[in-house]
Amino acid sequence: MTSFYLVALAVLTVAAFLAARGRAGALGASGRLHSLPTYHGLLAASAVVLPMMLVLAVYGATAPSFVQSQAIAALPGDPLGDDALARATRMREIANAVANPAGATPETLAAAERYRAAQAMADWALLIVGIGLGGLGAAWMVRKVGPHFRARNGFERVVIGVLIACALVAILTTVGIVFSVLFETLRFFTKYSWLDFLTGLQWSPQTAIREDQVGQSGAFGAVPLFVGTTLIMLIAMLIAAPVGLFSAIYMAEYASPRLRGIAKPVLEILAGVPTVVFGFFAALTVAPAIRSLGLTLGLDVASESALAAGVVMGIMIIPFVSSLSDDVINAVPQSLRDGSYGMGATKSETIKKVVLPAALPGIVSAMMLAVSRAVGETMIVVMAAGLTANLTFNPLEAVTTVTVQIKTLLVGDQEFDSAKTLSAFALGFVLFFFTLILNVVALRIVKRYREQYD
Amino acid sequence: MNSLVQTPKTSARAAESTPHSLHPKVVAKDVNVYYGDKHALHDVTIDIPEKAVMAFIGPSGCGKSTFLRCINRMNDTISIARVTGDILIDDQHIYDPKLDVVQLRARVGMVFQKPNPFPKSIFENVAYGPRIHGLARSKTDLEEIVTASLQRAGLWNEVKDRLNEAGTGLSGGQQQRLCIARAIAVSPEVILMDEPCSALDPIATARVEELIDELRQNFTIIIVTHSMQQAARVSQNTAFFHLGILVETGPTDQIFTTPRDKRTQDYITGRFG
Amino acid sequence: MTDVVLPGARTVARPSEEAARALVRRRYRTEARFRAYGLGAILFAALAVVVLVADIVSKALPAFTVSELVLPVEASPEALDVAPAADAAALAGANFVAPIRQTLLGYYPEVRDQRRLRSQLYGLLSSDAGMGLRRALTADPAALGSTLTVPALLSDDADLFYKGYVTEVTTERTNGIGTPSGVSGTVTVFSAANDFANELVAIKNALAGRARELTRQREDFAERLATLQPALESARQAAAAVPDDAGLAGIAAKLDSDRTSLDGTIAGLDAQIADLQQRAQGAGTSEVIDAQVPSVLVAINGGVVKATEVHNDRIVGETLVPLQSAADAAPGTWEVLRYDRPEAARKLSDQEVTWLRGLEARGLVSQRLNWMFLTSGDSREAELAGILGALVGSALTMLVTLAICLPVGVAAAIYLEEFAPKNRWTEIIEVNINNLAAVPSIVFGLLGLAVFLNFFGMPRSAPLVGGCVLALLVMPTIIIASRAALKAVPPSIREGALGVGASHQQAVFHHVLPLAMPGVLTGTIIGMAHALGETAPLLLIGMVAFIVDVPTGVTQAATVLPVQIFLWSDLPEIGFQAKTSAAIIVLLLFLFLMNGIAILLRKRFERRW
Repeated sequence: MTSFYLVALAVLTVAAFLAARGRAGALGASGRLHSLPTYHGLLAASAVVLPMMLVLAVYGATAPSFVQSQAIAALPGDPLGDDALARATRMREIANAVANPAGATPETLAAAERYRAAQAMADWALLIVGIGLGGLGAAWMVRKVGPHFRARNGFERVVIGVLIACALVAILTTVGIVFSVLFETLRFFTKYSWLDFLTGLQWSPQTAIREDQVGQSGAFGAVPLFVGTTLIMLIAMLIAAPVGLFSAIYMAEYASPRLRGIAKPVLEILAGVPTVVFGFFAALTVAPAIRSLGLTLGLDVASESALAAGVVMGIMIIPFVSSLSDDVINAVPQSLRDGSYGMGATKSETIKKVVLPAALPGIVSAMMLAVSRAVGETMIVVMAAGLTANLTFNPLEAVTTVTVQIKTLLVGDQEFDSAKTLSAFALGFVLFFFTLILNVVALRIVKRYREQYD
Repeated sequence: MNSLVQTPKTSARAAESTPHSLHPKVVAKDVNVYYGDKHALHDVTIDIPEKAVMAFIGPSGCGKSTFLRCINRMNDTISIARVTGDILIDDQHIYDPKLDVVQLRARVGMVFQKPNPFPKSIFENVAYGPRIHGLARSKTDLEEIVTASLQRAGLWNEVKDRLNEAGTGLSGGQQQRLCIARAIAVSPEVILMDEPCSALDPIATARVEELIDELRQNFTIIIVTHSMQQAARVSQNTAFFHLGILVETGPTDQIFTTPRDKRTQDYITGRFG
Repeated sequence: MTDVVLPGARTVARPSEEAARALVRRRYRTEARFRAYGLGAILFAALAVVVLVADIVSKALPAFTVSELVLPVEASPEALDVAPAADAAALAGANFVAPIRQTLLGYYPEVRDQRRLRSQLYGLLSSDAGMGLRRALTADPAALGSTLTVPALLSDDADLFYKGYVTEVTTERTNGIGTPSGVSGTVTVFSAANDFANELVAIKNALAGRARELTRQREDFAERLATLQPALESARQAAAAVPDDAGLAGIAAKLDSDRTSLDGTIAGLDAQIADLQQRAQGAGTSEVIDAQVPSVLVAINGGVVKATEVHNDRIVGETLVPLQSAADAAPGTWEVLRYDRPEAARKLSDQEVTWLRGLEARGLVSQRLNWMFLTSGDSREAELAGILGALVGSALTMLVTLAICLPVGVAAAIYLEEFAPKNRWTEIIEVNINNLAAVPSIVFGLLGLAVFLNFFGMPRSAPLVGGCVLALLVMPTIIIASRAALKAVPPSIREGALGVGASHQQAVFHHVLPLAMPGVLTGTIIGMAHALGETAPLLLIGMVAFIVDVPTGVTQAATVLPVQIFLWSDLPEIGFQAKTSAAIIVLLLFLFLMNGIAILLRKRFERRW
């Protein structure tokens, strides 16, 4: 039905365009028009497209739930009182019965009948309302064609409207993120205390499947996850911060054009490698290497040590730090360097005492963005860090992180109402707001820094 | 005291004090500079006398700043620049590979076209040079140097109560005097000034010019300027550059009153520039 | 003028010549050190790239080729289980593996009546070994009944053996006459020149190595026992203090049983170690061979005997391939073999390795380029698994992403750069876009799960949803790049258009946007490359299923290349590890290609206004 509707939409659009343009063209032959005939056509076409797309959107958002509720209401008993899982099962049965009536119970068949009737009703409503509105819009615009009608201005208003809508997608995305994590998080906090979540030392999200199961009460104290995330982030920054900063300094201040020509692509390659590749590298190469190194040194290294994940994450972040630092170092005006060289300072003295202090705000914000990147990184830790929540700062032990737990809790079979699933959203909430604050502050510092030297 | 009123007096004093060229501090022989393929400076030969102000004048792009930057090897920071010929300071070749450019620049200070104080406190700006060159044995020493430098730069009274405030917060003229204070804090022998007043208003300019005249007693000063009036006011000797060639050099009053070369005359009388 | 410059102002005392030189030397040392740090940092990054690429390429090597047997196969209708003179349609249901198994059995007729050995022999073939025969017969149904020479794919483990990943095989020439005691069953082979002395030494070395390894394990266990002891003590005390607490008693009991079992393990290990050490050091001239030490075999008179007991001058063992005769073998005509990796540590038994060596000796094995890797979907069998499904899934997902984020992103950029009034709202949108660019990707996965799947009820695992999520993820990148490109178009162009009477929109759409297009496309390609490598958000919307079929539409379940890499990387087989690396290489090639195009585009259209 939707495809038929889309065909009708296309036909109506083209027809409205041609009709309005033709009419305007005929008028234009006899006298001067305010707007080109094409604009008359475009305006008429948008008078068809906009209302018809709106109707389709409303249909898409409301029809499925309308049809389902109608079908379920046809079932005997109090089906609406059932829980979500049972409803979904019922719905599947009904859908099967619609496709293949053989073997279905009479009740289900009756519901299937209602389903089909409701579906047909919704479809007809879509066709009649949509095509009606589209036709009305077309007729209205075609009638309005005239020498003084400002079709171009009208169409440009439509275009601006579309552009604004597109710009709002960015806002909608943020709103969507905030609401999707916020709602589920609030639901989670009705089942579990938020204070325990933020301060609890015990994380074992396995909840009992059966009432009588032992030892599976589920504890959602997220501190071990925060500690694990922090530990891996610190290891990563310990590598990425000095290496990234020093390579940026070297590239900006020392490197010959030839070396820069080699080093820049190398860093770009590193920046372009997908995180899943780093994860593979961490899990299959770096972790065993660190483990065997530890064995020869007589250290007991876990096979999923925080060190392996942190080191590889640090390597991943190097180009990020270096390109951001490169930007801020290059933004330091040459006159400051000249001033320092002019007094007989060596290059390193100039860098340490003039360039870096001048670039400090930018570098601080680069580091903050890098931290936010490290905290939010998922694949490396999913593949190379552990699953059990150890509360430890020992880099040789296995720890787990916020992102690993989100992934573990949400991948695979899940019921949407369990505390286990909802806790993943609560973790997502913490992650989102932590990185958001870091980003906002960092971007603000950078902006102020840029203004200083512009 | 109104600085504008003082201007003629300064210039008069500059004209009076004729005993220049007693002893050449800086000697250049056949200096050529190339920027990549571009030949920017042709065979410049000049003696620059000690404890006097030498002005380089000429139309833009004539090579006067390029030559100035040769004297403390600031051209080294431009990778495509190449310098041939000899420049000697106190009979020492400054392009001698054995000579240390860092020490050279401690002896030959520089003040730039645009004031470029470091984004640090006023005190730190002036203390920077003495620190890196190890001139102060103690904190008191350092404070003394900073104070003396600021006093000589004529900035002390304006900033003595806010030495810990950012140097970038001063006005343009003050910033330039801070840069001069920064330059003299390492007691260089020569101070190069690359159009030090071009970014300043007339009042600030007058104060810097006064300062230059005072500094002449202790330092050899070379100043690049666009303004012939300024050259006339502050310098004892003048060199005129045109299209990368040193056209004429001599005592300032002579250059401005009886130039030997036709091009100098045309420039001074405003035929081109 | 208020400042008084003292004429005799204090001049700074220069440090002595000597001190100055020392200071300068120190400063230059600092300089050199600082410079070295910088160079070191760059070298570190370069080294990381080199190690990463080298590691992945070396791991991927076994995936580039595949081993197969090229066999003369009798395509008899009985073996294929079809009617004689069957047409192409009837052939579709034939059992193509059966004739190949028959041929294989022809080389080793002795296993015909031994079920276990027979299925081991068949296990050397891939489950899709009949593919070559099927192709040949489908192309030419008339060939039914004749003998065809067709390729038969080998199993993953067999393939890896030929690539040298299963075990080294050491062959030693013999100096004495070899005399077998029989042709099959338990056979003793005598050597007239102590040809087995070297093997005895090798085995004793292996025993000593194993003893060392067990000693290390024993130490680990002992350490654990040591840490358990105090815990047990305190648990007991606690349990004694609160006699009614079942929980505490339970913990104590649990710890106690742990300790007992650890004690047992350690005692067992001690006994083993003592035994191994004694065997390794003992001067005995014979040794028993088990699955923990390298296998010793003798190839003589066309058969192979696997030694269970080695003496200097003879071995006792079972035949893996029957001998053709029990006659004496001249020195040099028979060989002593050693499979260096112990049987227990590899996936192929001595019997299988011996068969594979036999097939190779017959010249039946060949290696060819593994084009199947690019043309088939996922599989549970490493030798059959390919990335076509993931590639198509990635392509579909990217198509959806591009269709959404290019128009919307460019439109948003045009609005913000050209039309938006500078007020608080547009500032909020701007800040918001910049922040969105730095939101962790997994959060977009949460958005997709909560909004697209649960709220809108879109299908799980579908490229449609994946594409939507990735479009939102890369939208900020594209908006920021497009705005920069629009900003780079000088105002003179805009003013020129406005000057001839164009409306603001006409000026933008006719003049500014076309000039900004290269920049917009560069940003888009870079954004798409980012999307192509993204994994985490797709995991949350269920694109992690095991999917064999190549998807044909955006609403079908699919997976994408990076997720395929993630899934394979979890599998323990070396074959899959190689496939993972090969898939990574394919992914990286695509990414480099895209980035290369972006760089070219930037260079080609770079304009200096």
